Amino acid sequence: MTAVVSDPTGTQSPATRRPAAGRTRRRQPRIGRTILLLLFAAYFFVPLYAAVDFTLGGSRRNMGHTLSVWTGLVHQDGFTTNLMTSLKIAVGTVALLMILMVPTMAWLHLRLPHMRRIVEGICLLPMAIPAVVIANGILGAFKSWPQAITGSSWILILEYVILALPFTYRSLDAGLSAIPLATLVEAARSLGASWPTTLWRVVVPNIRTAIASAGILGAALALGEFTIAHLLLLNTFPVWTDQAGQQDGEVATTAAMLILFLSWLLLMLVSQFARGRTAKKPPKLRREK
Amino acid sequence: MSTAAPADVPAGVGEPAPAAAASPLESARGSAADGAGSLGSAGSADNASSADSTGTAGSADSASSASSADSTGTAGSTGSTGSTGTADGPSGPRTLRRPRPARRPRSTRRRDLLGLAPFAAYVAVFLGAPAYAVITAAFQDNAGHATLSNVTAAVEDPYRHSFVVSIELSVLSAVLGAVLGLALAVAVSGARRDGFVHRAVTTASGVLAYFGGLPLAFVFLATLGPQGLVTRWLNSAGYNLTQHGFVLWNMAGLVLVYLYFQIPLMLLVIFPALDGLRPQWEEAARSLGASRRQYWLRIGGPLLAPPFLGALLLLFANAFAAYATAYALSTGSVPLVPIQIGSVMSGNVLAGQENVGNALGLMMIVVVGLVVVAYTLLQRRTARWLR
Repeated sequence: MTAVVSDPTGTQSPATRRPAAGRTRRRQPRIGRTILLLLFAAYFFVPLYAAVDFTLGGSRRNMGHTLSVWTGLVHQDGFTTNLMTSLKIAVGTVALLMILMVPTMAWLHLRLPHMRRIVEGICLLPMAIPAVVIANGILGAFKSWPQAITGSSWILILEYVILALPFTYRSLDAGLSAIPLATLVEAARSLGASWPTTLWRVVVPNIRTAIASAGILGAALALGEFTIAHLLLLNTFPVWTDQAGQQDGEVATTAAMLILFLSWLLLMLVSQFARGRTAKKPPKLRREK
Repeated sequence: MSTAAPADVPAGVGEPAPAAAASPLESARGSAADGAGSLGSAGSADNASSADSTGTAGSADSASSASSADSTGTAGSTGSTGSTGTADGPSGPRTLRRPRPARRPRSTRRRDLLGLAPFAAYVAVFLGAPAYAVITAAFQDNAGHATLSNVTAAVEDPYRHSFVVSIELSVLSAVLGAVLGLALAVAVSGARRDGFVHRAVTTASGVLAYFGGLPLAFVFLATLGPQGLVTRWLNSAGYNLTQHGFVLWNMAGLVLVYLYFQIPLMLLVIFPALDGLRPQWEEAARSLGASRRQYWLRIGGPLLAPPFLGALLLLFANAFAAYATAYALSTGSVPLVPIQIGSVMSGNVLAGQENVGNALGLMMIVVVGLVVVAYTLLQRRTARWLR
């Protein structure tokens, strides 16, 4: 462990490096470190490059690169319907997630702060139960439920909310801890606002970055989830992609890259939000005072 | 993206991006918020001695607004600087605040619990019921009689073999991912914080850690599959991968693919710990005469050991539970435990053994559950010095 920490690249530890900044050490970037970074960069970029090249028809001989697979994607059988299904599931998941979790978390912080550990533990449970097992359990547990729920996108929405609990808890918890919740709520209530009004017009606007990042992560999860949908024999975009892959690798890879870019875009937004939160919060609170 | 890895396990844990970033501040923020809340109500207690928040909030409001505005300011700055010390700033009303929480009557508390009822009911139905169904069905035969035959079948071949393969894959990809991720983290933490390298690596790992599942499989098929780009490069260089025993769906191939989300996840988890090692600690050790080696052996190493072990466990659970990537790479032919469960679910099982999938699921819950609990405990230990 120690050897690993101190050595692998021959780099200085962060500790000594920072004070030494600007002196000779910085001017001679370690060769070992550069090579290591380049190797990692190659490992992470070559597959992406290869995938894009593949979707542009780079694997076919005698033919130049072409956009035909991308433009032809819309005309593939089932592409539009399944993409729409997945988008609807994503919207439904985020909506249900927020309706369930925002009031719960606000209540938890306000009235039951001593229960936070317990609720956190419950929210982390989905991590301990693999999705395959959840899918298996759904078949057993909801046998007697109407087919309209268990045989449709509804069951996916309901279960994706569960899968989203861990990061939703952390995001909302961090957001609510950063604001003077009790003061804000007491002020709103004393001015005559009802509970729902307080929640909607005072609490929600104050934690909107936390809500946005939890929502985006939830949407990304719902867009890309394959395991449960596949095992319950439901049709979503990832499931369609997998089926397409058994006939035409190029179409499937293109569809996969589409999911990928869509969710990357969403996740980039999250990291943008996260950076904005640390940078902007203090001035905003001061202004409210 | 988030299919296998993120959805199954790490999405939760994998979340460390925002969560881990927030965690150093979390305790400080928490106490600041507490302080703000109780300072505000302490203000009202000053004015009305029979302070019962609901009743007096209105009357005391104008009087306490000044003090609560004050505390708002402190809370904000405390949260941002992360130093708990400033929370003690206005020390006047603070003495009044300790006995407050205890004074709340019992009955109110019980009614407060009702606020959690929808959440509790939802989790019980949509997580509790499936888990319960798996656990009970693991001990029943098809007619519903109690039996241990499913569990015994699950620990014999062919399922025993799939546990061996699954654990081997998880251990290999976790250890390699942890060591390589740590190496990358150390290399990057030497770079300037606001520099390009540092920012690119943190953003990319935040994105890539969630990138498991289906797309990952297709990306690697396009790279190292039979018609992949790198395969063709190597072919034209006269090196045939398949002849040298490499295919994407054997152990080496799967480890290579899994590392693509394991290394970024490791970065996400270990970065806060690495950044939390304060320069002063090394300076203090050095000024007391310790060599670099001694510092890492006695101080840095022991401090980093719990987060490193925790991350290792997390990566293990992550790989162990992943389904979609391996499934799509091999169309279900690799004998991993999750894939075995999937194939049992689709009816691919000996007659009379239909519930063996539930027994396998039970064992997965046990393995992953233990690992995640151990991870949480290690993480809590780290949180004690990481602020």
